[in-house]
Amino acid sequence: MGVETDSISSVTAAAEGEALVGIDGLKVHFPITSGVMVQRKVGAVRAVDGLTFDVLRGETLGLVGESGCGKSTTGRAILVLEKLTGGHVFYDGADLAGLRGGALRRQRRRMQMIFQDPYASLNSRMTLGHIVGEPLLVHNLRPRNEREGRVKELLNLVGINPNTINRYPHEFSGGQRQRIGIARALAVEPNFIVCDEPISALDVSIRAQIINLLQELQRQFGLTYLFIAHDLSVVRHISDRVAVMYLGRIVELADNAELYEQPLHPYTQALLSAVPIPDPVVEARRRPVVLAGDVPSPASPPPGCHFHTRCPAAQEGLCAVDDPVLREIRPGHWAACHLVTASSYPNIRSAEDRAADGTSAASSAAWDGEAV
Amino acid sequence: MSPDLPEFEVIIGGEEAGQATAERVEDMAESELAGAEAHGGWLPEAEIIETRGTWTEVWRRFRKDKFAVAGLVIIVILIVVAVGAPLVAPHSPLTQYDSGLTNQGQPVAPGAKFWLGSDTLGRDLLSRLIYGARVSLTIGVLANGFALFLGVIFGIVAGYFRGWLETFVMRATDVMLAFPILLLAIALSSAISKPGIWVLVVVIGIVYWAPMTRVIHGEVLSIREKEFVMAARLTGCTNRRILTRHILPHLVAPIIVYTSLGIATTVLFEASLSYIGLGVQPPTPSWGQMISDGQPYYTSAPWLILFPGLAIMITVLAFNLVGDGLRDAFDPQQRQR
Repeated sequence: MGVETDSISSVTAAAEGEALVGIDGLKVHFPITSGVMVQRKVGAVRAVDGLTFDVLRGETLGLVGESGCGKSTTGRAILVLEKLTGGHVFYDGADLAGLRGGALRRQRRRMQMIFQDPYASLNSRMTLGHIVGEPLLVHNLRPRNEREGRVKELLNLVGINPNTINRYPHEFSGGQRQRIGIARALAVEPNFIVCDEPISALDVSIRAQIINLLQELQRQFGLTYLFIAHDLSVVRHISDRVAVMYLGRIVELADNAELYEQPLHPYTQALLSAVPIPDPVVEARRRPVVLAGDVPSPASPPPGCHFHTRCPAAQEGLCAVDDPVLREIRPGHWAACHLVTASSYPNIRSAEDRAADGTSAASSAAWDGEAV
Repeated sequence: MSPDLPEFEVIIGGEEAGQATAERVEDMAESELAGAEAHGGWLPEAEIIETRGTWTEVWRRFRKDKFAVAGLVIIVILIVVAVGAPLVAPHSPLTQYDSGLTNQGQPVAPGAKFWLGSDTLGRDLLSRLIYGARVSLTIGVLANGFALFLGVIFGIVAGYFRGWLETFVMRATDVMLAFPILLLAIALSSAISKPGIWVLVVVIGIVYWAPMTRVIHGEVLSIREKEFVMAARLTGCTNRRILTRHILPHLVAPIIVYTSLGIATTVLFEASLSYIGLGVQPPTPSWGQMISDGQPYYTSAPWLILFPGLAIMITVLAFNLVGDGLRDAFDPQQRQR
């Protein structure tokens, strides 16, 4: 597996000081057990199966993939909210894996999360003041008499009336609740925030406002985001770099513009071709790649390249046998595919389809317009 | 990002005015809405929503259920009567009146002096019923409280900490639930030499902790996976804080519901134990024991078993109605009504 070679690069990057969070060979397997009295382990769901990448200081790293590919588990694992089966998470050079109790609480203080469901992520029995003020209390960040003022400041920052401090979450709408969740995350003065599909549960009309708020806060406080989403256009809008996940692994990682304009991995190409183009003429001529079959079960992922069962470019005797390593094909552009080399890469769409899509800036601009 | 990307307007506030209609008070005036819109700046409806706490909301829904309200009224009457027994009861429950027996030594039928008749020793049945309510309710509440105490502790430990503790506790409840409850209670109370109220409380508590543990365990399992618990962990809350501030408050509803239903079962169970002579000992009146005593006379003096039977039935029914009503009132799916 490519973990060894990749980990070297991740460690060097961390040593250079540009990586805020380093993920090295991260694995999260959920055991499948059977038996009534004695639980025997009969298998494992490999939700996250060996991830190695860095999140650079001040950037927004987008993480995309189909449902069930392990995006959310990755986000939680980085914050050590899941039990890690293997691998390491370095925050500012310090390894979080294996830490427990108070040590973990202190190390993790500057890492936060914004959750997908604004209804489940706020305790309905606590007032806003208690929800947003709890981190201040737990970490003793402000003396008692300054806490209320700080909570009001935080609410103000995210666009919630500070006078609602004594109200309960059920009195607010989804968008407002998401803002409250953001205020809670900001309370610990974090450097790194995992945004776990923060807008997918929201009304379309409110999404842009939350995205703008996140970007505004990033500018203001120099935050680093790991932005998890399944909506490619949103990720394109907000990210500096994008990582594409398939069945517990990263298949491609590149700069935003590069990934969208020149996807190397067949899976990324298929994913991108599924995004509609808001130009009826182009859209009508376009033939999106439709992948055959379903995502295989993460409990028994296929041998070799996880994607070979659905890959239109898969080569017999190679893809089903060998695990592809996530390699740096071009500077800053990583892909895990046997068929990709610096000079050539499998293009799963015919030339005319690509022409129909229009790889020109015009269509990519149209794309951006569609974002969010 | 391409330069011709349309900039999104940052509108903080104002946008969600139409969002929370469900939350709003139904009779909110149009003018108020317009006024709030003009208010600008902050999200306006936060100012005009009438604060309605969880408890007022539950009470509002509970009130709509006529049967539940009737049950609550009966329970309140029962409690008042039980507490004020010396004032309410027309006679002493223990005095054996000469006029309480006919010349043939038979119990007197309901009449002017003994409203519900007298028992085989010439005691006033109504007074004994009233004092019996004390016993039934005391045991109902205390035994349930004991079962609840054990159930909540075991349920939380098993549901929150998982692991081998969970396996151990939950398999123990399975064993407990598979046991013939009445037999176990009989064995327990005959093992203890002198039966009485406290013995009954302990016995019933030991018998009924298992179903309570199951309920709490299930609730904790679902709550601990909620995102707000994850957020609390990430924030740096200790397990103790998560349990007391984040999980326990969400257990209040199931605890209240199952307690009210449990009291009904417990009252019935106490009556069964007293009926077979393992409960409260004479001369202290208890409903089950009164039925047991009156049974040989059911043809000549049917009131001896009729009225205690009715008392048990009404009490159990009342607690069941209130329990059902509370369950519906706490059910979030009913919130929309």
